[in-house]
Amino acid sequence: MVQYQHTQLDASFAVLADATRRGILERLGRADASVTELAGTFQMTLTGMKKHIGVLEHTGFVITEKTGRVRTCKLGPRRLEEEMAWIERYRQLWSARFDALDTLLEELQQTERARSPKKGRTSTP
Amino acid sequence: MNLSMNPTMSAAFNNTTQVSLPSDTEVRVTRDFKAPRRLVWQAHTDPALFQRWIGGYPGWTMPVCEMDVRPSGKYRWRWRSEDGNEFGFHGEFREVDAPEKLVQAEFYDPGTFGGAMPTTPTITQTTFTEQRGVTTLVVLITYGSKEERDAAISTGMTDGMETSYARLDALVAEHVEPG
Repeated sequence: MVQYQHTQLDASFAVLADATRRGILERLGRADASVTELAGTFQMTLTGMKKHIGVLEHTGFVITEKTGRVRTCKLGPRRLEEEMAWIERYRQLWSARFDALDTLLEELQQTERARSPKKGRTSTP
Repeated sequence: MNLSMNPTMSAAFNNTTQVSLPSDTEVRVTRDFKAPRRLVWQAHTDPALFQRWIGGYPGWTMPVCEMDVRPSGKYRWRWRSEDGNEFGFHGEFREVDAPEKLVQAEFYDPGTFGGAMPTTPTITQTTFTEQRGVTTLVVLITYGSKEERDAAISTGMTDGMETSYARLDALVAEHVEPG
């Protein structure tokens, strides 16, 4: 279960990192579109677009419906912006704290080395 | 990424802060430190040291940092901004297992930002593991509900400090491990 959630989160980051996928979400935010239409819009092969849609669908950002031979894509229940903004703020908060902790720990170690030079690690370049 | 790295550098070492959501009510934060576990523990349990890293945000001071680090011991942290805003956290230590594990039950006090105080505490579990001189810190924060977890984003803390983080982000970007 935990692993699944991690996978989901990684997938979220992967979605944001890819300009085409961001573009697809933006496009679907305006109107639903078929896979063929999206492939045309983004000048991709149908296979390439299907891969992107597969990733987006798997992670809940997009849902698809097949009517006859046409597969229509629309935005899924997952709210990318909210989720990503939330996680990123949280990460920044802790990242800032931990960088300060890093500095503090380095200082504490230097103090210890100064006090007992024999135990001190070899100096880093 | 397949960068050729210094072979003496452990592949597992990761000095970036990782955040994941193990469940609907949890947040897990993890990071590695090149320091022995006892020092990382000390930095978490000595109020004077803790105060130096937990919230030294530009424009904010932390005038209150009281910690009675023992089972059932209480703690209280309060931040104050230059423009007079305040918020804080208070709670009690549930488990103090030096130097491996620290569990806290915590309440957010919105201070001047207003808003409801949570009725159930947030449980923060911090674990410290050391391997070859590297300490891995895992902070698992469990909120009372998914709503509370998701609401944490709209608190004054994140709003008020956001600009500071942007600045710190730049520092993070500069602080790239050479190894």
